[in-house]
This record gives sequence, structure tokens and C-alpha cells, in this order.
Amino acid sequence: MIEAQHLSKIYKGRKGSRTAVDDISFSVGEGEFFSFLGPNGAGKTTTIQMMVALLRPTKGTIKIDSLDVVTSPHEVRQRIGIIFQDPSLDDRLTAWENLEFHGRLYGIDAVSRRIRGKFLLEVMGLGDRRDDLVRTFSGGMKRRLEIARGLLHAPRLLILDEPTLGLDPHSRRSVWEHIHRVRKEVGMTVFLTTHYLEEADSSDRVAIINAGKIVAEGTPDRLKKDLSSERLTLEAGQPEDVMKYLLGTYPKLSGRIKKEEQSLSFPMPSGESLSPWDLLRALPFPIREASVRRPNLDDVFIHYTGSELKGQTAEKGEHL
Amino acid sequence: MTDEKNVSWSVLVGRSRPLAPPLTRDLMGIYTLWQRDVIRLWRDRIRLVGSFIQPLLFLFILGGGLSPRMGAMGVTGSGGTLGYQGFLFPGIVAMSVLFTASFAGVAIVWDREVGFLKEVLVAPLSRTAVVTGKILGGATNSVVQGGLILLLFPLFHLHPSPGRILMAFLVMILIGLTQTSVGILLGVRMTSSQGFMVLMNFVILPLFFLSGALYPLDRLPPWLAVASRVDPLTYGVDLLRRALTGVHFHSMLTDLVSLGLFMGTMATLSVVLFNKTD
Repeated sequence: MIEAQHLSKIYKGRKGSRTAVDDISFSVGEGEFFSFLGPNGAGKTTTIQMMVALLRPTKGTIKIDSLDVVTSPHEVRQRIGIIFQDPSLDDRLTAWENLEFHGRLYGIDAVSRRIRGKFLLEVMGLGDRRDDLVRTFSGGMKRRLEIARGLLHAPRLLILDEPTLGLDPHSRRSVWEHIHRVRKEVGMTVFLTTHYLEEADSSDRVAIINAGKIVAEGTPDRLKKDLSSERLTLEAGQPEDVMKYLLGTYPKLSGRIKKEEQSLSFPMPSGESLSPWDLLRALPFPIREASVRRPNLDDVFIHYTGSELKGQTAEKGEHL
Repeated sequence: MTDEKNVSWSVLVGRSRPLAPPLTRDLMGIYTLWQRDVIRLWRDRIRLVGSFIQPLLFLFILGGGLSPRMGAMGVTGSGGTLGYQGFLFPGIVAMSVLFTASFAGVAIVWDREVGFLKEVLVAPLSRTAVVTGKILGGATNSVVQGGLILLLFPLFHLHPSPGRILMAFLVMILIGLTQTSVGILLGVRMTSSQGFMVLMNFVILPLFFLSGALYPLDRLPPWLAVASRVDPLTYGVDLLRRALTGVHFHSMLTDLVSLGLFMGTMATLSVVLFNKTD
């Protein structure tokens, strides 16, 4: 469904050039749920802009449904439903008018617009608000209306650019329930960008993108398995001393110990036949609590990018 | 119920439908974007009423205050002599069109700010269609606003024939298209509507003051006379005054050619620039 080869985007400005997307290649099959996981400014939105022909790639090609985006932009756009990172509704129009105008811009006939519009509003739980102005809607309702709108022209590829950014947990869950339902019912290909790990975790395949490059790619399970080492978290009275000791004994841990108040967590040093139990027993400090867990996507992310995903703030320039 | 739902889900299964021909898509897009702008105007009652009141202030307060002085001599052009308020009236109709049309530029900046522009830009239609829809929408709104003022003509002892009124509307359309294009041209690259408003004041007010809407242009100092000749609104106001009062200062050919050329240039430039903007 998506075929990107050696795709690059270099912005040229007065203060020199900036490479937003750096020679990435990936492909997404029909019906697949594919995620781009990365921090803001990693090049996720730029990649999407190239997919929908808002930006021209500096190098490389991107094909949607075997159509080159640069040479057949409109054919490609008709196959894509996109939910933008920022709101994109006309809030002075009603929910129905937003759908109606979208349908017309995509060349959908009046009968289909009515049938699909009515159905989608119902499915998204907005059936009783169809004639209300969008400005009276909550953030979650607006998002659901945007999903309805993105589906109205029966796209084959649904692009979700940080679809739950800025929503409260309840709305986030509801938005995801709707997206999963659509996937189940329609079997649509989904391309997601996110910096929420749990969102990427539910996808078929994940590409971790950092500074314009894809640094790892695979199923979430595969990626986690690649980091075979277990994570150890322990709580101690003098975490600083424990940390100093650990770094002295296992130089490999340098830069990989995460300290939060009294607790330290780190991957088990690789290449040494050492069990967490051995390590704990050898520590010359009293330990209050210790736990061992399998690696999660967060660990995968830190492993490949050297930084954490949490607490990223939105960067203006990255928005569509 | 369940059955209906299943049918409906299946309606959403994506198919590669052939696209309609580009012209069909673009015309539908233009119509849709035009309609959106018109709906928005009608829904924004405060704006509608607000832009109706401002011209009234000019007509009755400025015009009322100045006419005892200006009116003593009257204003003489080709075709007759007018009292000041009669002279001012067509100028204020033009002003009303000018101000509303310029608003189309801020509307495009605003669409960018609230994100709706993205939705339009990823739709399968050409950028030319997007700009055209915007220009037509803005021009329509400005003609509606100007038309509301125009209907006050009996208050100023003007008696244009129905044919002349029709002509006045055509002139308003020309002014509206021209000024909407100017507004969009300036708005295309702007990302802040406040910045646009500031910029627009530097553009609209000189256009308005130099156009002969407020005072006759026959005794201007040379540099102002030159500036007024390159102001497209000068010709719009002259045409409008000719239609409503019979008095004018330029030949109709000069008016039409100047205004037409300016409109064509501005519309083309705004389309070209919008096509080049990311």
C-alpha cells in the first residue's frame, strides 16, 4: 500500500539547510497497521506531508497503491483519509456541513454523502449533534468528527498523525476504540505516527524514527525480543552510592541507569553470565525492593535513540 | 438495524474509483468553497451588521458634516454637478465593497491558523480551484455588503434607472474581485491574522483615500494625482459614480481597461503565488 524508497526532505533556509527526513525506506502492506514512533521533530509529519503531496521529496520516491505521489497527487489523495495532528475542522460550520463539504471536495455523489455521513456520525456517537456548530464540541468530539470526515470518501489508507495529542485519557480511549472498530470492520490500512508507546504497541509493525532516520523496524514483539536483557529496578537508601558502585563494577551500564528519587532501573549488563539475583547479592548496600521485568517499547526506544520519549513538548515547526 | 449497519460498513470499504475529470472536480471544489464562505458570512451576524454600520457613519456623520461646506460649490465633473453627499455616496458603496473584499485575505490566513486550509489542500483538487473559490466567495460577500448600502440611494436623492443599478452591481463585482485578489495575494504567505490586519491597513486606507471616494481628484498636488491614477479603486469609484449619478471624471474605456487589467493581474498573481506556497 505504501512504498517509500530512499525518501529525503531537506529544507533550505537562509541559515543553511536542515534535513528533516534522511534517506528512509519502508513499505506497508495492504490492511497492515504500521506505526512511526519517534519524538517531535523526528520527521514523522514531514513524511506524511510527502505522502499526501503537500511537500515534494528532495530525493527518493513514495508510492501509494502503486501510484507515484509526485506524478499522480490527486489519485493518491483520493485513496487517503488523513487525521491531522492539529484540528482542521471549520468550527463555524455544523458537523454535517463539515462532512458534506468534505464529500464534495472528494467528488462523492449526493446519495453516498448522505448515507455514509449519517452512518459515520452514528458510529462516532455524534448522531444527535449533526446540526450543531462544531465550535460547541469538546476536543474528543471534534477528533471523532475528523475521523468520520476522513473516512467519508472510503479511503484505502487511513493516516493518523498523532491522533490523540492533547486529548484527555477518556477521550483518547474512546478515539482508539473507534479506530480499532473501523479497522476491524473495514480492514483498512493504517499509518500512525505517535510518541505514545502504548499506541504503537497495538500496531502490526513499528518503525522507530529519530532525527529523520529509521533506526529500527519490526513487530513490537520482535523489537522487544531483540533487547533480550531484562530490566532490573531497585530501591535503595543511598541510590547515589549504589549507582557509583554499579558503574564501577559494570562499565557497560554507563549512561543507561535511570534514576528516579530512590529507585534505579537499568538493563542487565549484556555479555556476562550474570543473573539479576547474582547482581543483587553482590551489592554491598541494603536494598529495599527489587523487581525484574521484560523490556517494553520504551526500553527499545531508549536503546535505539539514547533518549526518552516521555515529556516531549510540541514543537511548532513540525506541525502540518 | 444490524443489517443496515453491515451494509453501511461495506460502503466504506475503499475502492479505487476512477477520479472525475479535473475540470469537474475543480468546479465542484470552487462551488463548495464559495458556498462555505457565503454561509460563514450569513452566520456571522455581528460582522454583517458591523460592516453595515461603518459606511453609515461615513455617509451621515462625515458626509453630513462636510456637505454644508463642500455642497455650497457642489462637485462638478463630466455629466453634471453633485451635492457632497450625492458625490460621497458611490464612494462609500465602493468602500464597503473594498473593506469586505479585503477581509477575504484575512479569511485565508485564518483558515491557515485554525487548520481548515490543510483539509482543503489535501483534497484532490487544484490549488487554482482553491484560490478561485476563495476569490469568488470573498467577492460575493463584498457585493452583498456593498449592495446593502447601495439600496439606500433614495435617501440621497439619486434616481438611477434599473439598468444603471445593474451596472453598479457589475462594477461592484469588478471591485470585489480585484480587492479580494489583493487580499489573498497578501494573505497567502502570512501565518498570523493580526499581522495581516496591520499590513492591510497600510494597503486599504491609501487605496481608499486616493480613489476619489471622499473628495474630487481634480485639484490634487501632482504627487497625489499620480498616486491616484495608479489606484485601481479610482476607476472603480468613477464607474460607480457614473452608474449611480451620471457624473464621472474619466472615460468609461479608461475605467474599464484599468480596472480589468488590474483585476486580471492581481487574480493571476494570487493564483501563481498560492500554487508556489507549501
